[in-house]
Amino acid sequence: MKIPFPDLAPAAPELFLLAAACAVLLVDLFIRDERRWVTQVLSQLVLVACAVIVLATATTGTAFTFSAMFIDDPLADALKLMILGAVSMLLVYSRRYLADRGMYRGEFFTLTLFSVLGMMVMVSANHFITLYLGLELLSLSLYAMIALQRDSVAATEAAMKYFILGALASGMLLYGMSMVYGATGTLQVGDIASIIARGEGNRTVLVFGLVFIVAGLGFKLGVVPFHMWVPDVYHGAPTAVTLLISSAPKVAAFAFFMRILGEALGGLTADWRSMLVVMAVLSLALGNFAAIAQTNLKRMLAYSSISHMGFLLLGFLAGNAFGFAAAMFYVAVYVLMNLGTFGMILLLARSGFEADQLDDYRGLSRRAPWQAFLMLLLMFSMAGLPPMVGFYAKLTVLSAVVDIGLVWLAVFAVLMSLVGAFYYLRIVKLMYFDEPVDTTPLSATADARVLMTVNGLAVLALGLLPQPLMAWCLMAIQRSL
Amino acid sequence: MNFQAVVFFVLAAVLVLSALRVITARNPVHAALFLVLSFAAAAGLWLLLHAEFLAITLILVYVGAVMVLFLFVVMMLDINIDRMREGFWNILPIALPVAVLLLVVMAATLLGPYFGLSMRPPPPEAAEGYSNTRAIGMVLYTEYLYPFELAAVILLVAIVAAIALTLRERKNTRSIDPAVQVAARREGRVRLVSMPSEPRGVSGPPPGDGTEQPPQPPK
Repeated sequence: MKIPFPDLAPAAPELFLLAAACAVLLVDLFIRDERRWVTQVLSQLVLVACAVIVLATATTGTAFTFSAMFIDDPLADALKLMILGAVSMLLVYSRRYLADRGMYRGEFFTLTLFSVLGMMVMVSANHFITLYLGLELLSLSLYAMIALQRDSVAATEAAMKYFILGALASGMLLYGMSMVYGATGTLQVGDIASIIARGEGNRTVLVFGLVFIVAGLGFKLGVVPFHMWVPDVYHGAPTAVTLLISSAPKVAAFAFFMRILGEALGGLTADWRSMLVVMAVLSLALGNFAAIAQTNLKRMLAYSSISHMGFLLLGFLAGNAFGFAAAMFYVAVYVLMNLGTFGMILLLARSGFEADQLDDYRGLSRRAPWQAFLMLLLMFSMAGLPPMVGFYAKLTVLSAVVDIGLVWLAVFAVLMSLVGAFYYLRIVKLMYFDEPVDTTPLSATADARVLMTVNGLAVLALGLLPQPLMAWCLMAIQRSL
Repeated sequence: MNFQAVVFFVLAAVLVLSALRVITARNPVHAALFLVLSFAAAAGLWLLLHAEFLAITLILVYVGAVMVLFLFVVMMLDINIDRMREGFWNILPIALPVAVLLLVVMAATLLGPYFGLSMRPPPPEAAEGYSNTRAIGMVLYTEYLYPFELAAVILLVAIVAAIALTLRERKNTRSIDPAVQVAARREGRVRLVSMPSEPRGVSGPPPGDGTEQPPQPPK
């Protein structure tokens, strides 16, 4: 029996990343502690080279390989570029923070590279097994990275909580997937879609499986009522790892939603739409109200991420190309804003000082006027004030919801973002109208400062010119559906 | 009742009883050993279903490797069973309805009109000389190559993570590194100092008469 060798070209970025991550793992063994920057530079180069390969192999069509378990389409390329960009920004922001806390070790970079590989596998998965394996690769790297600061009780607790709840959610997801397999007899995304489109497969079993899948996905995205882990993990994890958890994996989770709900179970849109509506409404309400009560910035941002993910679901539940594109635009914008905000915490932190209390931001405008201005841009964008890009992202999502006739939902979302505006603007008030308590000058490195400036101004620039990014998202979705 | 049915019921009874003992045994080592027994019974059931490869893997991997590791961990940790049982009766009113609900849901899906025996015709008899080990091997490294390799990467990450989380370099430990000892050279330990020689008997303190101060330590 002759077995055809799989076509490796579509999977070139993943293959390169795997080989390079193993190489970095080995090279790091031979580097002394004081020259650890070599590992960081190598990791950064790997991410950039991977992005170049993604760009070089990008096509407008769809390619399958590995027995159609791997898919390379414009959507996958776009999401992979977002993930690689976000993680390489993270590496720049977190250098000083890690070095100050004794976490500037090779494992941080290797695990980061492996988590990126997991995300890219998820983005390019065309089979429930590869989706799940990508998710586990990502999660396992993240669990370990949270606990990397072994002597911190908060970090260990956060890692345990994330690990146990994550395992529970994976179990739910697998149970749901097994039900879908029982109903359709296949795990291939495209085959499931065509079987459902033909009206075969027991509908009750499919919807039963769908409930478990949505619950598992809801956990991974961190939306109410599966949000319990979000505040504790965001708060307990070292800020650099929090930044990793809260940025690129959201893009991968969007891909997960796209592949499972959008593509495989697209025929059951009416069923999952109602579940997503409930989750979105609860997330918007709980996220925004609970964030008001927080005094810790990382916890506040955790609740704000719950409400942002509620917004993401709003775009997704429209269930058409425009809605998916709006959700994709939203996730890209959220990741950009989030990188900026957590980047600012990393920028202000120094040895023995986390800069994660709201009070640490009092009078920042006098201490570091330019950084305070960038933070103002980011907070305005998170709150959704024009002309920042956050406003445009919310507007697009809301118009997708109005398009399918759920006007009440759009009105509710607007009311909730008004509530949300309060706690974002409170930070602006603290920075500009309060007396500074802490007058230590900023000790951030030059590269992080430059990146921060680019990040903050990008939020403004994209807000003034959102069309190219939106058109790119719409193109990627339309060519891939 | 034919022979196969007798074997099935014996194995099933052993499986259920040993599984019950896993959660009721007071001694954690006994619980782990009952888990081994339930694995063995399950492997027997799989053999009856003509799943020889899975049955042998269950014995080799789970009984042979995973459970031995479990036993090691259980014996190394000092588990206070009475403290772990505290609060059992407080949790029971919540846990019991949840467990019953889960049981009902599983029974409804697995026994009902969806996955019940009436829905699935028995599979055709396998051909003479059919080996499911061969059949699994044929697809595992071809059709399922990609997920297989991904599982390998997950294991690699698990190794890296386990080492990163547990390898501790303690600063105050008195342990010695044999490699450093072996690599020691005379040049690293002995320093030759060239000094002008002094006449014998002149250096050193004069013989004491009991009145002088003791020598001061160097500043």
